[in-house]
Amino acid sequence: MFAAARKLRESGVLGLNERNAEFIMRLNPRRLYPRVDDKALTKELALAAGMAVPDLYGIIENQGDVRCFSDIVENLDSFVVKPAQGSGGDGILVVTGRSHRKRDSFRLSSGVLISKAEIAHHLSNIVSGQYSLSGNPDKALIEYCVRFDPIFADVSYQGVPDIRIIVYRGYPTMAMVRLPTRASDGKANLHQGAVGAGVDIALGETLTGVLNNNVVDDHPDTGALISGLNIPHWDFIMESAARGYEVTGLGYLGVDMVIDRVRGPLILEMNARPGLSIQIANCAGLANRVARIDAIHNEKANPAERARTARREFPADRQMRML
Amino acid sequence: MKQRYVYALAALLTVIGLAVFGYKWQALGFPLTENQETPVWTIESAISFEPGPGTIKVNQHIPTLTPGFRMLNENSVSRGYGFSVDYGSGGREAQWAIRRADGPQTIYYRISVFEDEKSEASDITPPYPPPPVINEPFKTAVDVIVADVEEQSADDATFTSELLRRMNDPSPNPNVELLLSDIGDDADFVDMITTMLAAAHIPARMVRGVELDGRQRHAGLVPWLEIYDGDRWRYFNPATGEEHLPQRFFVWWRGNEPLVTVEGGSNVQVGFAVQENHLDAVAIAKTQAAKQGGTLIEFSLYSLPIRTQAVYGVLLMIPIGALVMVIMRNIIGIDAFGTFMPVLIALAFRETKLIWGIVLFTLLVALGLSIRFLLERLRLLLVPRLSAVLIVVVMLMLLISLMSHRLGMETGLSVALFPMVIIAMTIERMSVVWEERGAADAMRAGGGSLLVAMAAYIFMGMSWLEHLFFTFPELLLVVLTFVLLAGRYTGYRLLELSRFKALTRN
Repeated sequence: MFAAARKLRESGVLGLNERNAEFIMRLNPRRLYPRVDDKALTKELALAAGMAVPDLYGIIENQGDVRCFSDIVENLDSFVVKPAQGSGGDGILVVTGRSHRKRDSFRLSSGVLISKAEIAHHLSNIVSGQYSLSGNPDKALIEYCVRFDPIFADVSYQGVPDIRIIVYRGYPTMAMVRLPTRASDGKANLHQGAVGAGVDIALGETLTGVLNNNVVDDHPDTGALISGLNIPHWDFIMESAARGYEVTGLGYLGVDMVIDRVRGPLILEMNARPGLSIQIANCAGLANRVARIDAIHNEKANPAERARTARREFPADRQMRML
Repeated sequence: MKQRYVYALAALLTVIGLAVFGYKWQALGFPLTENQETPVWTIESAISFEPGPGTIKVNQHIPTLTPGFRMLNENSVSRGYGFSVDYGSGGREAQWAIRRADGPQTIYYRISVFEDEKSEASDITPPYPPPPVINEPFKTAVDVIVADVEEQSADDATFTSELLRRMNDPSPNPNVELLLSDIGDDADFVDMITTMLAAAHIPARMVRGVELDGRQRHAGLVPWLEIYDGDRWRYFNPATGEEHLPQRFFVWWRGNEPLVTVEGGSNVQVGFAVQENHLDAVAIAKTQAAKQGGTLIEFSLYSLPIRTQAVYGVLLMIPIGALVMVIMRNIIGIDAFGTFMPVLIALAFRETKLIWGIVLFTLLVALGLSIRFLLERLRLLLVPRLSAVLIVVVMLMLLISLMSHRLGMETGLSVALFPMVIIAMTIERMSVVWEERGAADAMRAGGGSLLVAMAAYIFMGMSWLEHLFFTFPELLLVVLTFVLLAGRYTGYRLLELSRFKALTRN
């Protein structure tokens, strides 16, 4: 037991306790949390900083607004409903189209049809705070449904694959691609059964994946090889992630991005408590990279410079990839 | 830097907690374990006499310095008498007085004591005794014996032993025989010995007390010898010359004065009775602390009304549950619903006992969940839906109680005390997790909650722990220390070792 702990310590693996005590509490002042916990505010701040985000169609702020839902989506065929303060992808509804016969019936990303009344009920639940972190009343966002770039088409089962980048003190530190599976119900969250694939920060190329804490080479549903995919716009993605630090002020930040086939990389959301599975996906511990950033940290560097530094400093260990 | 503050605070809290604990345990004698009983003796003296026509004054020596014993309480029962306590040469003296009395009178004095080895008879240094006035021919006999014994002894103690040995010799020499010719009873003998010791310039006095041995209707007073060796008082057996006190010897008074003097009365008789009881050690410590004027007892939970005490007995266990929770979550890494929900579930288990509690809890949550999924179809808003679940839970409890009663299982009735709000909340949280993250996650978190609740219940149910924290609430500071230290624990959680197993291979 102690030997295992020592081995983890040696490979620089970060544990939950250490993440909470040494990173989140030290680098993420609580007053800044609303900037990432409220997705409406995140969107606003990101737009103000000139970053690309999915378009916002409308906000349902209280029970009364639920009626406005049909007006908002009147001319839309696809959209996403999400709670402004949800966590871990809970409460997100992805509508990809409408029933041909009835316009009041919507098709979810899973293929299931859902009536307008059911969506309205879901909106009520969101507004009354069922999915919010604190259980307080919440807002529901209705926004652009990303049509994801075909790059990950072979390694995802429905849903939207996204890219998670951990940004430490403004430097992109580690990245992974989260690929939905049948088990994750189209959601890109590892604890729901999505596959996480490590990313070589230097090149923007995927490494091996991790599924339920085990290393995998192929996607469990499509059987396609996960590694060796080159993520487009990697330069821009890294710079956007680094800019997340300026936008939020959080020293330990998770930036979630998606690549739209038309609009390119978009910031989906940011997270003040990013999980630790990214270490398994990359077969590498965060602690070593964090120590390196502390050593070379430069307060004056702009996001582009920081992204370049990170790409130079943290190339994936190619041998490890062969495992 | 912060780390150092935490350690300093933790050390401070531990020191304070343990210091108060140690003081209460060692100095005030609060027991570490429950139901620790200490024998308590109640010694009663009864003075009976025939009153004369006029004013009556009764004087009695009462215990003052009692080596090996500590007084719990004392009282006197006497109808119509004025009562006061004075200090005399032999210790405390009780005084009863009445202007006139008719018929045979009895005055009771009662004292309750318990054994305490630390109770030493500390006494003032006595003055050197004046040379006693002894008439001839006894004076010559005393002088000869003292001179003889002095030659064969080194100090006051050996002198006393030697003197007593000679005086008790079965074939005494003529001088001893002469002195003994005048002796009536044991008390006279000890009295004469003190006179002889005074002639040898050794402060000495007679001690009289009761040997405590179970229950005695008529206990006799035993005379003993006490000498001062220039440093402390020492006890000698007048019959053997050995230095010791009899087993469980309760010293009543010192000196050669009579125990009781009655002015204005006749036919005086004094009797002693002893009774042994067993009293809760906590009760004794309480009285003890109260007598020492300790403010600690004022803040002790034992000073609260009994019903409040019962509540605090349970409340003080909640920090233990929280500690278990901290260990399970932050050190082992088990998933559970809510921060303290498992502790509250554990509290509920107290009413139902563990096995039945788990069965009931699982049953209620399972039934509640299925009904919650039915309610989901009605598309209710959050708060009304929660209330609906709550009402359903109450009805389910009712049903379970009625059914188990019909089946003759009385434990089912204790379900009524199960906190329904906690169950309703658990059902709601579980159903949300179920929907959002799937049954596996919901089951895992539910099982984790139950596991933590079980662990918390086991620790919270330890009666010795409950007693310990109730008697020594300052130990909560130590628990606080553990929690603080756990709050700065940045090592891996136990379950993370397997989570990151893939990373240990290289």
